[in-house]
Amino acid sequence: MGSVLSYFDGFFGHKKKEEEERRLRANDRPFNLSCHYANNAIKTSKYNIFTFLPLNLFEQFRRLANTYFLFLLILQLIPQVSSLSWFTTAVPLVLVLTMTAVKDATDDINRHKSDKQVNNRMVDVLINGELKKEKWMNVQVGDVVQLENNEFVTADLLLLSSSEPLNLVYVETAELDGETNLKVKQALTVTGEMGDCIQVLAGFKGEVQCEPPNNRLDKFKGTLTVNGEKYGLDNDKVLLRGCTLRNTEWCFGLVIFGGPDTKLMQNSGKTTFKRTSIDHLMNVLVLCIFGFLAIMCSILAIGNAIWEMTDGSVFTEFLPREPGIGTSLSSFLSFWSYVIVLNTVVPISLYVSVEIIRLGNSFFIDWDRKMYYPKNDTPAQARTTTLNEELGQIKYIFSDKTGTLTQNIMTFNKCSINGKAYGEIYDFSGQRVEITEKTEKVDFSWNPLADPKFVFHDGSLLETVRGRNPEAQAFFRLLALCHTVMPEEKKEGELNYQAQSPDEGALVTAARNFGFVFRSRTPETITVMEMGRKVVYELLAILDFNNVRKRMSVIVCSPEGKLTLYCKGADTIIYERLHPSCDRLMKVTTGHLNEYAGDGLRTLALAYKDLDKHYTQEWRQRHHDASTAIEGREERLDQLYEEIETDLILLGATAVEDKLQDGVPQTIEQLAKADIKIWVLTGDKQETAENIGYSCNMLREEMGEVFIVSANTAGEVREELQNARRKMCPEATEEPSVITARSGLFWLQKTESVQDEKANGEYALIINGHSLAFALAKDLELELLRTACMCQTVICCRVTPLQKAQVVQLVKKYKQAVTLAIGDGANDVSMIKAAHIGVGISGQEGMQAVLSSDFSFAQFRYLQRLLLVHGRWSYLRMCKFLKYFFYKNFTFAFVHFWYAFFCGFSAQTVYDEWFITIYNLVYTALPVLSLSLFEQDVNDRWSFQYPQLYAPGQLNQYFSKKAFVLCMIHSCYSSLMLFFIPWAAMQDTVRDDGKDIADYQSFAVLAQTCLLIVVSTQMGLDTYYWTSLNQFFVWGSLAAYFAITFTMESNGMYYIFISSFPFIGTSRNSLNQPNVWLTIFLTCLLCVLPVVAYRFILLQIKPTINDKVRYKMRKEALPAPALHRARPQRFSTRRSGYAFSHSQGYGDLVTSQRFLVKRPLKSRPALFTQTESPLAENQPQHYRTINEDAETQSP
Amino acid sequence: MMASSYNAKEEDGHISGTSNHGGAGTVKTRKPDNTAFKQQRLPAWQPILTAGTVLPAFFVIGLIFIPIGIGLYVTSNNIKEFEIDYTGVETSNPCYNCAKNFSWNSTTPCNCSMSFTLEQPFESNVYMYYGLSNFYQNHRRYVKSRDDSQLNGDQSSLTNPSKECEPYRTSEGLPIAPCGAIANSLFNDTLELYHIDSNGTRTLVHLVKKGIAWWTDKHVKFRNPGVNSNLTAIFQGTAKPVNWRKPVYELEPLDSENNGFINEDFIVWMRTAALPTFRKLYRIIHKKPNTTPTLPSGKYVLEVTYNYPVLSFDGRKRMILSTISWMGGKNPFLGIAYITVGSICFFLGVVLLIIHHKYDTRSNSADIPN
Repeated sequence: MGSVLSYFDGFFGHKKKEEEERRLRANDRPFNLSCHYANNAIKTSKYNIFTFLPLNLFEQFRRLANTYFLFLLILQLIPQVSSLSWFTTAVPLVLVLTMTAVKDATDDINRHKSDKQVNNRMVDVLINGELKKEKWMNVQVGDVVQLENNEFVTADLLLLSSSEPLNLVYVETAELDGETNLKVKQALTVTGEMGDCIQVLAGFKGEVQCEPPNNRLDKFKGTLTVNGEKYGLDNDKVLLRGCTLRNTEWCFGLVIFGGPDTKLMQNSGKTTFKRTSIDHLMNVLVLCIFGFLAIMCSILAIGNAIWEMTDGSVFTEFLPREPGIGTSLSSFLSFWSYVIVLNTVVPISLYVSVEIIRLGNSFFIDWDRKMYYPKNDTPAQARTTTLNEELGQIKYIFSDKTGTLTQNIMTFNKCSINGKAYGEIYDFSGQRVEITEKTEKVDFSWNPLADPKFVFHDGSLLETVRGRNPEAQAFFRLLALCHTVMPEEKKEGELNYQAQSPDEGALVTAARNFGFVFRSRTPETITVMEMGRKVVYELLAILDFNNVRKRMSVIVCSPEGKLTLYCKGADTIIYERLHPSCDRLMKVTTGHLNEYAGDGLRTLALAYKDLDKHYTQEWRQRHHDASTAIEGREERLDQLYEEIETDLILLGATAVEDKLQDGVPQTIEQLAKADIKIWVLTGDKQETAENIGYSCNMLREEMGEVFIVSANTAGEVREELQNARRKMCPEATEEPSVITARSGLFWLQKTESVQDEKANGEYALIINGHSLAFALAKDLELELLRTACMCQTVICCRVTPLQKAQVVQLVKKYKQAVTLAIGDGANDVSMIKAAHIGVGISGQEGMQAVLSSDFSFAQFRYLQRLLLVHGRWSYLRMCKFLKYFFYKNFTFAFVHFWYAFFCGFSAQTVYDEWFITIYNLVYTALPVLSLSLFEQDVNDRWSFQYPQLYAPGQLNQYFSKKAFVLCMIHSCYSSLMLFFIPWAAMQDTVRDDGKDIADYQSFAVLAQTCLLIVVSTQMGLDTYYWTSLNQFFVWGSLAAYFAITFTMESNGMYYIFISSFPFIGTSRNSLNQPNVWLTIFLTCLLCVLPVVAYRFILLQIKPTINDKVRYKMRKEALPAPALHRARPQRFSTRRSGYAFSHSQGYGDLVTSQRFLVKRPLKSRPALFTQTESPLAENQPQHYRTINEDAETQSP
Repeated sequence: MMASSYNAKEEDGHISGTSNHGGAGTVKTRKPDNTAFKQQRLPAWQPILTAGTVLPAFFVIGLIFIPIGIGLYVTSNNIKEFEIDYTGVETSNPCYNCAKNFSWNSTTPCNCSMSFTLEQPFESNVYMYYGLSNFYQNHRRYVKSRDDSQLNGDQSSLTNPSKECEPYRTSEGLPIAPCGAIANSLFNDTLELYHIDSNGTRTLVHLVKKGIAWWTDKHVKFRNPGVNSNLTAIFQGTAKPVNWRKPVYELEPLDSENNGFINEDFIVWMRTAALPTFRKLYRIIHKKPNTTPTLPSGKYVLEVTYNYPVLSFDGRKRMILSTISWMGGKNPFLGIAYITVGSICFFLGVVLLIIHHKYDTRSNSADIPN
């Protein structure tokens, strides 16, 4: 992949030298063509028909294993060395190469197709003074193109003019950088003046001089020369390929970079391949095997030298030496001969088989109906097919909150109005009734403007409102007035709200259904349908929300001329500003608030205040002065707000449920039982995050303590972390125990790992983004890691996307554990890419997370199935496969080692050459594949029942270097049996008719039959789950062996290919002998019995968790699934604050003129992008551009 | 290890068939198919190792193996076998002189005779083998040094043998037939057996030289070139192997069915041995139609025409007389191995039983910590 870039250079290699500067003239094709810039055609495919074979072969031979086999093939062509015919290596190699080539070819054909599709997209290009439809691929540098709304940007363009005022253009850059919010680009005034006048545009003779193509998305430098005047160009004036035009009717652009030169293409090819830990282990093992092979061959070469000296030198009578080959040369040659003979220890089909298994297991994930979400028709998807087994080894999960744990849907659940709580239903005896799907809903049909999707169960509230209860009416009036929601009414009566935060949407919708319908707004007015009566309020001021204020207010004037301030905000904040007369009500409401908080709801307190006309007039004047002040504007405004928001009258409180996705608490509990640590990394505020922590069972009342780290200096952060650690484990050492080790190929990689420490009790850590910034610094990161890892739960709030990735990398670096990141938004992309495995929730927040993820599905709860079932199985299967694969190949090869001592170290093979050729490809390929595709130790439901079954994967217990050594010892034993039992049995033996049977060919048939039966039996022992396919493949392979063997040794085959099948009749003559079968039987038994005994003893003395569950599974039926426990009630004073999950600054926008003159926004407007990233909050520059000129018009 | 097959109907959460409601247009969903294969619910047999299956298995294997072993051992012991080493290493050996003065070029064959006594009579057919030790017939260069096409009667290979035959491919410019090291080293001692009865008369024991090779070798693998024509003419233009005293078409000039490439002695030799110590069938002594034993006990003389040198590489030559049984020749190994393995199985069974009793209650019934 990395070669894509260089390949482009090669392919479009017209430019001989590196481009230093780009010069182009608008509407001047001849000039631009003379510079040989790349046109807009792209090519992501790697091959064409002619280059496919050489290039693909070249690529394939860059793999170590393939080169090794090519080397072997060459060795085999040397007659002095060749111990095996060429076909023993050539057939497998060709097969493997063909399979890979076919896969590469289909991939490339798909790339060709998508290239073709993209290249053939049409765009309007200005040619010879008129707009013509042209294919993308024919667009040249210097062309002027016209884009329309929702079109993809054709190439990297210099924005010339647009339909929007001030030559603004809105683009969505999701495909480019993953940010889903719209960005604003602005053309130069000098070009913007041209508008859409074709004549003027066609006559445009600007000359651009800019930097050469590069991959920096956020930078652009250049100058535009028009009529001798020079204008500076920056990133704000450039539309990049990959963006989509939004909310802009049309725009014109000048092509600067085309096709491969665009920043999008310059950025592609950077994808790093994720490799699993098994992959790394495999590489190390293959290297070890090479070493081992070298040692074995050296021993045999030395043996050969000794034999040649003692026996060979005197045996020349019957076996003369080849001319010129002395003892030492013969020994040297035999080294290479044995490299060939023992080549099966380096399994050529290993990599291919591993890929097939992974692909199969990926398909099983795709096919799983239990990870299919019917609501939006989304099945789970394994987007990367090479990471499956790693799913069974996850130790840390990093989860996003919004949209991942929660649905990002707020529902108005309960409220307290004037001391009375609504929202619960009670039966006749006064018992609280559990609200379910079937509970009767309140009927809102009397209200034609009601939102049909709104659900409320307590009918008494509606009665109260319709009963003209003044407090209840004021309550909903407040909700209908005090917000920054934008209404959209495309058709009469079909209201649609664009809320900047789902909380607000929920509240305004509630008011709408209860008869206070927010209908429309202008900068100065708000129109509300109050119980069917249209009331237009004059909006005098919005006292906007910000982080410190934690409240927002509006000042409105009713048609009757009554001035009122409506305020909603965090209860603690509102309480401080209440009129003393509210004391009694405050107490009651506080009780309700506690209850709501205990249920994990997000609460707001509501209050109002009637205002004096004169005071208000005077206050507004000051407000206007302050808001136009240049210095200290913020402070002055704050002061003003503070002044007017006093002596409020409490109305009540609302409780909004931040709806968790289904099954989130259960999933988290299951994953916790599987000893997986879950860290929540959210851009949300601390209160919200904490709240969710409680409602999804990550934070529990019974926890020892929830440490909150929110400090402002590095020192304080250190102190808080240390204090927390000391509290959790007083006896722990001050210095972290870092173990440095080396690993990887040639032990080149240095790894540092921090040991896990035990805390006494359960604790949780909450750290905010500001502190995290300090904690992630070099000197504090270990402190953070130690403390965090001792806690059961870690929640990081207010984190930037970059910090998310940093946290993941920190754990990756020091814990040597497998990490998984799950998220749904663009802000999770960095984290998803950083983790070993990235999971994307294909939810509402766009596809960016999914596109960069390795696995995707629609609901968080599917994660437990992905890990506990699919991951565990994949890991188990992969490990079983590797163990068995190495076993069968070692056993196969080691027999040659023993035989060497009896054949004068001459590299004579034990088996028939044909057997050697197809042993791996035919006889043992399918059984082991079926094992590694269908194997289950326990089925999925038992896997859920006992999540601790997951733990062995985290500890690498199924396959490790130790297991590999054990596997080698096992195959060593097996090969000893496989050689020496037939050896002893065949010595001086004859057939039952006195004829020869101790000949080489009979011995070979005997040995290979034994081998095949032994490895098949071993397969039987390893298989826990015998489907009919397993049976079929195992028996089928044995049957195929006999069928093929007899065929190859038949008379007919011999007559046709005399020299190829010299084993004619051997099986017929030896396999009809009872003592041959007795030998086979004995050998197999001796190979298998110790294994059975060993496993049985282990099972008795030290049963693993798998054994126990399997045993239990046999004896008992699956227990009924545990009933969903009611969410534990919390009795705490912890309460959520003002839970807006968005940034400030919207109040100004709502009142800005420019914003409102725009036509109704399509889909999701730029200004209301739900982003929880503080990054976005820090860069409201795009909004500011609107604000600044808007402010002059606002009151 | 009996089955506990799991094949539960899974609760999918949706009633299958909801997808086709609505009737008019079949809405294509991306919902995966509900097949046992795709949902990984294939019915399966899930055996596990339990005391109830493993322990009886061990005992049963033990109980089966020991009788088989005893049977094999007895059978093997009942086989009569006599072996005599005629290499001539020790000076006392009659063949010492022949061995010492051996030369390929000598024209007069060296003869020696070994006398021996059979203690017991040999009933039924007796098979006579020659055995060689320290002879690496399984050396890679040796094994491949042959041309199967030539031996199968291919005319072109006869005149142009395969390169594998080097250095025994050509001799003085003529292609060697049969070529290669194996053929070149053909065992060419002649063994004759005389029975000396109680009154001292020597009677030649009739040795049958046909029927000693595999049927497939004799009839499929080895064929003379040309059909039913004169072998001498066909082999014209080829050379005899360097070590041979006579060309291949003179191996058995009187019997066209046993001459040339299909000479059975030659075929037997060409079937290379697996191990450096081996025996090959030389002759068969057929059972006499009357009740007298094939080889009655008593004195015998083995007359050896000593042509084959093995002393140079510390090899040994033996002559073996043996009867056979249903399990072939004498080989006590299998019997002993079966008895041993059977006993070990039985013993292991007892050990496992003890372990099982000691640990079972503790481990398996213990609940799984949750």
